[in-house]
Amino acid sequence: MSTAANSKGDGAVKWLDERVGLAGLAKKQLRKVFPDHWSFLLGEIALWSFVILLLTGVFLSLWFKPSMTEVQYVGSYSNLRGIKMSEAYASTLNISFDVRGGLLMRQMHHWAANLFLAAMSIHMLRIFFTGAFRKPREINWLIGLSLLMLGILEGFAGYSLPDDLLSGTGLRIADGIIRSIPVVGTYAEFFIFGGQFPGDIFIPRLYTVHVLLIPGLLLGLISAHMLLLVYQKHTQWPGPGRTNDNVVGFPLLPVYMAKAGGFFFIVFGVTALMGALMQINPIWMYGPYDPGEVTAGSQPDWYMGWLEGGLRIMPNWESHLWGFTISWNVMIPGLALMGILFTALGAYPFIERWITGDNAEHHLLDRPRNQPTRTGLGVAGITAYGLLWIAGGNDVIATHFDLSLNSITWFMRFAIFIGPVIAFTVARRWAISLQHHDRELLLHGYETGVIVRSPDGGYSELHAPLSPEHAYLLSTQPRSVPLQLPPGEDSNGIPAPLHRKERLRIRLSQFWYADDVQKPTADELEAAHHHHDDDGPMIEDGHHVGIETGGQVGGDDFDLEETPAQN
Amino acid sequence: MSEITSSNGHPPTDPHHDSRSTQELGEPIPNPGLPEHQPRPSDVDPAMERRAERQVAGMFVAATVLALAFCVCYFTIDPQATVFGYGAMNLALGTTLGLALLLIGLGANHWARKLMADHEIIEYRHSAASSPEDREAAITAFKTGAAESGFGRRTLVRNTLLGALGVLGLPAVVLLRDLGPLPGDSLDHTVWRKGVRIVNDVAGTPLRPADIELGQLVNAEPALFFPQQGPNGKVIPARYDGTALNDEKAKAAVILVRMLPEDIHPIKSQASWGYDGILCYSKICTHVGCPISLWEQQTHHLLCPCHQSTFDLAHSGRVIFGPAARSLPQLNIGLDSEGYLIALHDFYVPVGPSFWERG
Amino acid sequence: MKFLSARRRHPLAGLVVLLLALVVMGGLYSAFRPAAADQSGSDTALISQGRRLFVVSCATCHGLNGEGILTKQNTNFGPPLVGVGAAAVDFQVGTGRMPMAQPGPQAQARTPIFDPGEVRALAAYVASLGPGPAIPTDAQYSTSGLTAEQIAQGGEFFRTNCTACHNFAGKGGALPNGKYAPTLIGVNPKYVIEAMITGPQQMPKFSNGVIKPQEKREIIAYLQQLKSQPGYGGSKLGSLGPVTEGLWGWVLGIGVLVLATVWISNNGARVTKKKSQ
Repeated sequence: MSTAANSKGDGAVKWLDERVGLAGLAKKQLRKVFPDHWSFLLGEIALWSFVILLLTGVFLSLWFKPSMTEVQYVGSYSNLRGIKMSEAYASTLNISFDVRGGLLMRQMHHWAANLFLAAMSIHMLRIFFTGAFRKPREINWLIGLSLLMLGILEGFAGYSLPDDLLSGTGLRIADGIIRSIPVVGTYAEFFIFGGQFPGDIFIPRLYTVHVLLIPGLLLGLISAHMLLLVYQKHTQWPGPGRTNDNVVGFPLLPVYMAKAGGFFFIVFGVTALMGALMQINPIWMYGPYDPGEVTAGSQPDWYMGWLEGGLRIMPNWESHLWGFTISWNVMIPGLALMGILFTALGAYPFIERWITGDNAEHHLLDRPRNQPTRTGLGVAGITAYGLLWIAGGNDVIATHFDLSLNSITWFMRFAIFIGPVIAFTVARRWAISLQHHDRELLLHGYETGVIVRSPDGGYSELHAPLSPEHAYLLSTQPRSVPLQLPPGEDSNGIPAPLHRKERLRIRLSQFWYADDVQKPTADELEAAHHHHDDDGPMIEDGHHVGIETGGQVGGDDFDLEETPAQN
Repeated sequence: MSEITSSNGHPPTDPHHDSRSTQELGEPIPNPGLPEHQPRPSDVDPAMERRAERQVAGMFVAATVLALAFCVCYFTIDPQATVFGYGAMNLALGTTLGLALLLIGLGANHWARKLMADHEIIEYRHSAASSPEDREAAITAFKTGAAESGFGRRTLVRNTLLGALGVLGLPAVVLLRDLGPLPGDSLDHTVWRKGVRIVNDVAGTPLRPADIELGQLVNAEPALFFPQQGPNGKVIPARYDGTALNDEKAKAAVILVRMLPEDIHPIKSQASWGYDGILCYSKICTHVGCPISLWEQQTHHLLCPCHQSTFDLAHSGRVIFGPAARSLPQLNIGLDSEGYLIALHDFYVPVGPSFWERG
Repeated sequence: MKFLSARRRHPLAGLVVLLLALVVMGGLYSAFRPAAADQSGSDTALISQGRRLFVVSCATCHGLNGEGILTKQNTNFGPPLVGVGAAAVDFQVGTGRMPMAQPGPQAQARTPIFDPGEVRALAAYVASLGPGPAIPTDAQYSTSGLTAEQIAQGGEFFRTNCTACHNFAGKGGALPNGKYAPTLIGVNPKYVIEAMITGPQQMPKFSNGVIKPQEKREIIAYLQQLKSQPGYGGSKLGSLGPVTEGLWGWVLGIGVLVLATVWISNNGARVTKKKSQ
């Protein structure tokens, strides 16, 4: 690089810094370190999908007319020519058939929306199972949840805008759900739709919500989400050299600039290829919305599928009290389910902290096995969500797997309660057994697959110690210490007056850590390494023989004299 | 742990956490420290390095070519053309754009993986919390400001301000009043009334009982929605159009079915509402309002495709399965002087989903 | 006859007689074999051939004279066929739904076991039991001469009357208790018309009095448009709506992108690979 170019660049930096003074910030942030792990990029999929949504959405807005005024279609899709439809639907047909690249942009927008919500969901699951929501990141967890909730609303708004048969059916269901709100239901319905459903003003209103209100909120919250991430620095997996007090990884400039920037193009490219090859929401096949029409397979996009499933399997409970109607059958799945999920998720970090009494800052991630109860709860939640999801597609499942619609519904009505309990138990025990496995590995080394015959005829498998890195990884988790009831009485013989809430908390804490397998202490480890009589021979410490990689196993490495005969 | 003690003053036995407990019991394995950095093939072999360079540049060149191909496709492909049963334009634009983007992304990552310095860096964390002095200073500053404002002292000023701000919420709420009209009794009525002919949907043709065979389903609407042939040969235009049509159709859509009169087991109050085995029901599901017309002519069951509520039309539309709670409203029908099917009355109950004041 | 009587005790006589008997029986069978019916025969011949087929293949469930058989619960074991018309027989037998292979929620379409001539004979017989819709002629389902506007109008009829069960793309859908509305894509338009006018199984009728023959042709034309329509936006993913879109979005979209994250965060080959864990 020539000095001339250098001084030219310096000049630009000077010009900018004299006006905004960003050098102080840039000095630190340009070489900011991010740790490397595939699961840390899941949120990035969501971020880049959002950018794609903004880009493609702006393109679509150049032609889309958010109007419910009735027009007669005259565009180039002949199967609908002459049919009366809303301007919104007609302009969506126009984008699909008469604007070159319009169909591609529409499909990319829709695929990106599906990916946006899917990526947010798996990102959230990653945060949950690794405990990345713990102090000091609870605020970012809540921001993330708001993003997910707003994303769902934004997606539903987008799904409803083209005013095709499917989106109209979705709105009709939304109308029925709003109407079920006790006391003010019909008022809310009339205010939202500007009168009776469908009216002529709802789509213009929804358009403002879809292109201005929610995207604005999303943008602001995403900025806050990212700023907090940068300020608090990313979490990392425990490992050699990686502690709670540092972050090890690659600098933003150049490595993460290239990796993250490149990933944006990868997400964009994959979305474009999906838009090219996979048809999504073919509104021309659904036809314009008509309140007298419906199609088999009327379903929402995937992120609303679980609510749809709730609506389908809910028993038909309705109460009539003092001349008023309460539609539990609509309210519970339509309104309460979403509230329950997001309240539970929002409260979770605080409930877990209350139960465990853990008030420390955590920058190292938990391996899911080391938090069996949390992992069990997460798997139970996924199971409940998945069952509702399946119930939401019960008609497609019935026809494609030769099942009875009614049987699926009945099965789900029970499975939704039993399934999560089974899932919790299985996942928790599984995690605990993996903890056992880790402890065994630490104490007795790994199984080499080499069978040794002892002089007295017994056979046993050779164990070899782990590499220090691996061993360290298996011993990084903190020991779990459940809360204990205080000693029965004080010096005067009076039992400690514990509040009911405190007792509950102690009991929950003991349940939380029940059957947790602790990592061995240094003494235990020492003892095991010197007395592995019970477990067969072990390659001596310090010799890392590449058995799996085909290295020679030298006879000198075995403690043959300690090999017991196993009967 | 401060919150435990503060809750009732009697802390449960101190839970040992993290570093402390670890120190007491002894960390079994010492932290071996960051592994030694190992070079990549492209770091030590100049040939590999050049190869990686060529690969990255090759991807960027290919992306350039594809971006240009996108432009060529845009201007040359006939928008109506198809290829392999797919729309040619969408396929061409999407694959060229998608691959161009993908190659840029892959190239950038390949560059980072093979050619950029890859030494791991350690950065130290600092607690998010400010120093106690800073916190103290901040609180002092706030208290000073609050005291200088007299917010706590001048209660009259404070309370009137709070009152004014609170009442300011009212205009904000009141402004929203014109979002929509009040529902009134509009949910209780449809456009059906005595004498309105029941006509076939889409075509708008009036129906005679003879047109409707045993096992027939007719998706029908009130004649007011379609232009009708008047008595003197004049065409009477449709009463409803556009938005008004959709609003009314959302309530008034019906289905006509015909079954053997002996198969019909109506509740007493609706025993005479059919005509010679022809029954007319609301098409709007009582669950959340989807139009339902999946009629099984042998079982006489009607299924909603949205949430699978099932109604038995031979038994006055009672619910036999699914989430709907209310029977499907039935329309009382008869014949007019010309022998066409007509409504004898509006629905006696509100159609569609339940609501609070429905009773 | 001396030649015969002299040899009647021949060891092979029994075999010869047996062969002879088989030939005679075979000849008789081929003469009366239903399939061999001369297609140009009179109506009465056709009807009597149909009756013979009916007695063998249909009467077990529908009664010897097509009067139907009731179960103990007074439900139809086999419904009466008086008045269902030739069109119903042509649909049920022509699509292989009848004779039903086994009881089930509904009869399924499969390879027909009767050839077209036999179907015609059966249809003629059942039509003779009572007046009913005749097998539609080509003109009734021919779509020639329909304008684009008429086909678009066919789409309106289709969406109002058909999509609720058969889905927006004619792909079919679920009905209660294991029943289903079958796909309409690739179905001979004659059978679509017959289904509309006869209402097979749970499907209601859409008589010519309500949906006029011309309107039925428009529906057929729209269906053909649906079938031949290209995937403007790529693969149609089964045309089942958002369920399959969501599935593919997760499997392919998220699947590919997660693979990408693994590739990006994996640091690739090293010169001296340290011993793995």
